[in-house]
Amino acid sequence: MTYILRNQKAKLNMLLFLTFLLITAAVFSLAVGQHFVSLTSVYRAIFSFDQQSTRHLIIRSTRLSRTVIALAAGGSLAVAGALMQALTGNPLAAPGIFGLNSGAVFLLVIAATFFGVTSMELSIWLAFFGSMLAGLLVYFIASLGRSGLSSLKMILAGAAVTALFHSFTQGLLVINQESLESVLFWLSGSTAGRDLEMIMPLLPFILGAIILALILAKDINILLIGEEMAAGLGQKTIIIKLLLGLSIVILAGSSVAAAGAISFIGLVVPHISRFFVGNNYHWLIIYSFIIGAVLLLIADIAARIIIMPQEVPIGVMTAFMGAPFFVYIVRRGFKVNA
Amino acid sequence: MFTLSGGGLKLMLKNLKISRELILIFGLILLAGLIFILSLSFGSSYISPVTVISHFLGLEAGSYNFTINILRLPRTLMAFLVGAALSVSGLILQANIKNPLASPDIIGITGGASAGAITYLSFFSADYGIGGLPFAAILGAAVVSALIYFLAWQKGVSSIRLVLIGIGIAAAVDALVTMIIVFSPISTTVQSYVWLTGSIYGTNWEDLFQFLPWVIIFIPLAFAFYKSLNLLALGDKVAAALGLNIQLNRFLLMTISVALAGSAVAYAGGVAFIGLIAPHIARKMGGKSYSILIIYSVLSGGMIFMAADLLARTAFLPLDLPAGVFVSGIGAPFFIYLLYRNRNQF
Repeated sequence: MTYILRNQKAKLNMLLFLTFLLITAAVFSLAVGQHFVSLTSVYRAIFSFDQQSTRHLIIRSTRLSRTVIALAAGGSLAVAGALMQALTGNPLAAPGIFGLNSGAVFLLVIAATFFGVTSMELSIWLAFFGSMLAGLLVYFIASLGRSGLSSLKMILAGAAVTALFHSFTQGLLVINQESLESVLFWLSGSTAGRDLEMIMPLLPFILGAIILALILAKDINILLIGEEMAAGLGQKTIIIKLLLGLSIVILAGSSVAAAGAISFIGLVVPHISRFFVGNNYHWLIIYSFIIGAVLLLIADIAARIIIMPQEVPIGVMTAFMGAPFFVYIVRRGFKVNA
Repeated sequence: MFTLSGGGLKLMLKNLKISRELILIFGLILLAGLIFILSLSFGSSYISPVTVISHFLGLEAGSYNFTINILRLPRTLMAFLVGAALSVSGLILQANIKNPLASPDIIGITGGASAGAITYLSFFSADYGIGGLPFAAILGAAVVSALIYFLAWQKGVSSIRLVLIGIGIAAAVDALVTMIIVFSPISTTVQSYVWLTGSIYGTNWEDLFQFLPWVIIFIPLAFAFYKSLNLLALGDKVAAALGLNIQLNRFLLMTISVALAGSAVAYAGGVAFIGLIAPHIARKMGGKSYSILIIYSVLSGGMIFMAADLLARTAFLPLDLPAGVFVSGIGAPFFIYLLYRNRNQF
């Protein structure tokens, strides 16, 4: 594994730079859109809010929530992807590819079409449960057979489970066509149209899952050497893996609950981060979170301005950005259970 | 004397095998015929199967001309042809990249066709009419396949790389389709979505006659290539040693597969999983040679989609659901079953 930042100081400096980038992206995300708002207005809207000003209202009501959603969802997806890649030993692992997103979307669509569920609290739990269901299913299907878990089997199982949930979702929507409008949001992925209050309940979960991941970082590093080695060093591998799974499900589920199905961020970002800091998960988790947040913010800003006054759904943007990367990894070739 | 009787025995066995296949084909045709008659008799108004048959014999004095001839017959025939086209497309694809899990929808070919068709529907159909639709769909399918093929190429195409890259490209193409749907006017959103799941609602004779040439040209063409398919099934090395130009044949076969899938999608929408299930059923019936497998695939694929459309039309009357939903409902679990069956191969 070649990576460019060899010592602590370089890693810290880069981290500072990335944080600066994150703040810049967030500020631009507040300023850019159908109505451009000057940076000073952004500053004032945040620190000396004036209810009479339309600009301040735009920022406070729509832009702020979008920014928070993009930041939280991008970071969560990236960390979820990094953890999945460690858990499965598969460089192509990511919430979207392994069907976690489609599982969460499926349960959310059921809830929205049949039970009229709109409360965020319930949606969060449904999304968790849906991604857990899909994740377990993929893991179970892929571990069948003599050779145990293999990278290829996992990806195929992921495609199968995605197709399964996709077709169920389609069936539901076709039978219940009136609800299509309201759930198109989850299908295509979007950061728009959510109040900040709706997102707030998610943040503690995301924070908790990331802290859990950071606590586990040392164990992940050991796990990466090889499962037998880890067991030999006295690690309770099963417990570590279960906790990792929990963290992944929470992160992937939260991001779907907040922003719908956004693909490829979870795949791409961990690889970019690895390019900087290598496979040390202490750093990798932090880097992934920040780079994921920056990327999704940038994608969201681009989605707003590319074809103004309309918007490209954010999930579409990330798919276009991520698919070439997926192809690149496949072409480069990847070792199974490396 | 001994050799002669041995030869005679072999010949007898060969005849026996051929007759077994003939019986199976006959059975399939019979079953397809049954579903065909049922499909004509069920719907919002019920016409008894006996009446349907006597209608065709000209004994009903045209009292069912409208319901049967105008409404149900073209739709049922279309269902059969679409199913057959997708099934043969899947069969070729699976043989070509030697992966039992390959099908036009998993690796993005159907998605490409959908993207082409939806783009045409939203931006060009107003100016150029509906006739260009199959070409747009086939163009979409061809572009995506060429892209997958090109990207999977590293001194030749390996089957695993092709499937993996296909899965990645399928995700991107799905995103493209979603985007076009989101941008289309609200009034057509639901329509596009229904179309995507695969529906042959409102098929008339004109549609049928536009689709027919594609099937009539490309299915026999696939048949003409059955020897290449047989050789490819032996593995690249053996096929090459036996003198087959692998990359050329693979390319031509892909073209046939794309034309069949693309044209089917143009008329029936993004029907998924038929290209996966039907060829497997065909293989289960035991043919080793692709000449027989193609016939089995045509019949089983056509039958499945006819049955799915029949169910979709009648299960939730008065709702006329897209047949694709029913195919997927069976197809996705089947895919997982296949993964389970082949669990030791990866």
